[in-house]
Amino acid sequence: MTPLTEPTLSAAPAVPAYRLPQRVTLPRVIRSEWTKLRSLPSTLWLLLTTVVLVIGGGLLAALLQLSSLPRGHAAIAAFDPTGLSLTGVGLAELTAGALGVLLVTGEYGTGQIKLTFTAVPRRLPMLWGKTVAMVLAVLTVSVAATLTAFFATQAILAPHHLSTTLGHPGVARAVIGSALFLTAVALLGLAMGAVLRNTAGAICTLFGVLYGLTIAVGFLPGHISDEIRNYLPENVGSRLASVHLPAGALGPWTGFGLFCLYTVAVLGLAAWLLRRRDA
Amino acid sequence: MIEVRGLTKRYGDKLAVDDLTFTVQPGIVTGFLGPNGAGKSTTMRMILGLDAPTSGTATVNGRPYRDYSAPLREVGALLEARSAHPARSAYHHLLAVAQTSGIRKSRVDEVMDAVGLREAGRRRSGRFSLGMGQRLAIATALLGDPRTIILDEPLNGLDTEGIRWVRSLLRSLAAEGRTVFVSSHLMNEMSVTAEHLIVIGRGRLIADTSITDFIAHASRATVRVRATNPGALAAVLHGPDVTVSAGPDGELIVAGLSTDQVGTVARAAGITVLELAAQQASLEEAFTTMTQDAVEYRAPVTEGAQR
Repeated sequence: MTPLTEPTLSAAPAVPAYRLPQRVTLPRVIRSEWTKLRSLPSTLWLLLTTVVLVIGGGLLAALLQLSSLPRGHAAIAAFDPTGLSLTGVGLAELTAGALGVLLVTGEYGTGQIKLTFTAVPRRLPMLWGKTVAMVLAVLTVSVAATLTAFFATQAILAPHHLSTTLGHPGVARAVIGSALFLTAVALLGLAMGAVLRNTAGAICTLFGVLYGLTIAVGFLPGHISDEIRNYLPENVGSRLASVHLPAGALGPWTGFGLFCLYTVAVLGLAAWLLRRRDA
Repeated sequence: MIEVRGLTKRYGDKLAVDDLTFTVQPGIVTGFLGPNGAGKSTTMRMILGLDAPTSGTATVNGRPYRDYSAPLREVGALLEARSAHPARSAYHHLLAVAQTSGIRKSRVDEVMDAVGLREAGRRRSGRFSLGMGQRLAIATALLGDPRTIILDEPLNGLDTEGIRWVRSLLRSLAAEGRTVFVSSHLMNEMSVTAEHLIVIGRGRLIADTSITDFIAHASRATVRVRATNPGALAAVLHGPDVTVSAGPDGELIVAGLSTDQVGTVARAAGITVLELAAQQASLEEAFTTMTQDAVEYRAPVTEGAQR
């Protein structure tokens, strides 16, 4: 790496005038947030890791399955090739969530947030801009990843007559639903980052809410814990991503809707705090 | 024009800014001077709507900054030397700020050229030297061609060339009729940069004056005199506007008389003068004296040091 040399400066710097109109609008803030997102190596790496986890997880699960293929009618009937192809989604929740958190806390950690609020003094457009830019990026990447994982996995299973197609009931919903769920997790991360303004705190809280709650509820007596578990964020959100749902719980879209409601609640809190707190 | 009226910021039981009232006029460079921790940054953040005042108001050209629909046209600000994400390139940093207001890409190149960052524009700003980081921050402040410029310690960490460059930039911006408000904790720095001074200490206004008046009032000239019999000399130097104090090496420090007068008085009293010199208190000393009572974090004198 060559060291940066200080460019020499003229004694009297000339700054030309700029007289074009320059109103802050939501579409403009969205463009700005899109530029921020794509120009940070950390966000690009997290997006790439999300893709690798989703596709890699599905492929690995399928290849492992080949060594213990289900035998007998009952085992083949219970076999879930869609679920197998989406094995990696659970891991990808971590990277998608961390991406959402970092998009906000990265600004607080570096002092950039003061500049952002100077450029967008009303502040809320920044939150909506980040939301739109991130949803676009994560959703696009996740849909591509879950579809690729699905087709690749089915290609491995096909010679063994265990594969399924998107046309089967619930399959397309689970594949696209996984991508929607990853996007919603990223958005929950973004909202938590905006509430807590601290990377470590927000990531810990996010994973605590996603996984810690499930563990904590396990300590309660059986019937109560089962009842509560039906409404925990991770459980309700991931229902959209499964073809076969256990009985007695919320439907896939109801479950996902509830997860979105949790997310919107945290995002609403973030928006409320954003207007009131000192930067 | 920046107008600050009764501005107060309280953190718990601590007053960071205490009932500040002042006006920053366009067309000149106004220095905002005070020791570290005096409340300069807090005041600037309140002017920019980043922190909400406990009471009082701050307006830029008649309106609170938050109310502007084209804020970058109104104010260009530098609040911290490093306010760019270190992993992002200087170009993308500027582009993202520009895009919030629909400012064109060509303008980004323009301001990068103006601060001499074109070559380094594609590099991560985290690899920049302090001086280059400062220039990137200045480029950011200039993006919208703002009518008001607010810079918090823009000269911090700059080398001589950098300081001269920022100074000439500030002067030319002011000459174009803009309001230029620049903070510093160093008096000497401000005395050659600013035309007007607002001095604060412990959040309170200490002085709001032109730099010429400040220098005239603050740096009172004194005479240093060493004589065979300092006690006798002190006695004959007495007068209504004269103060005589003892210096560290037995010499006298006389305020209110010229060297000529001291010499004449000494000769008339038959006292031999061994050394006679005019002393000009430096601006830095004057500033220190002025803000002494207001300095918050003065080094505590330990018991050991007293003995």
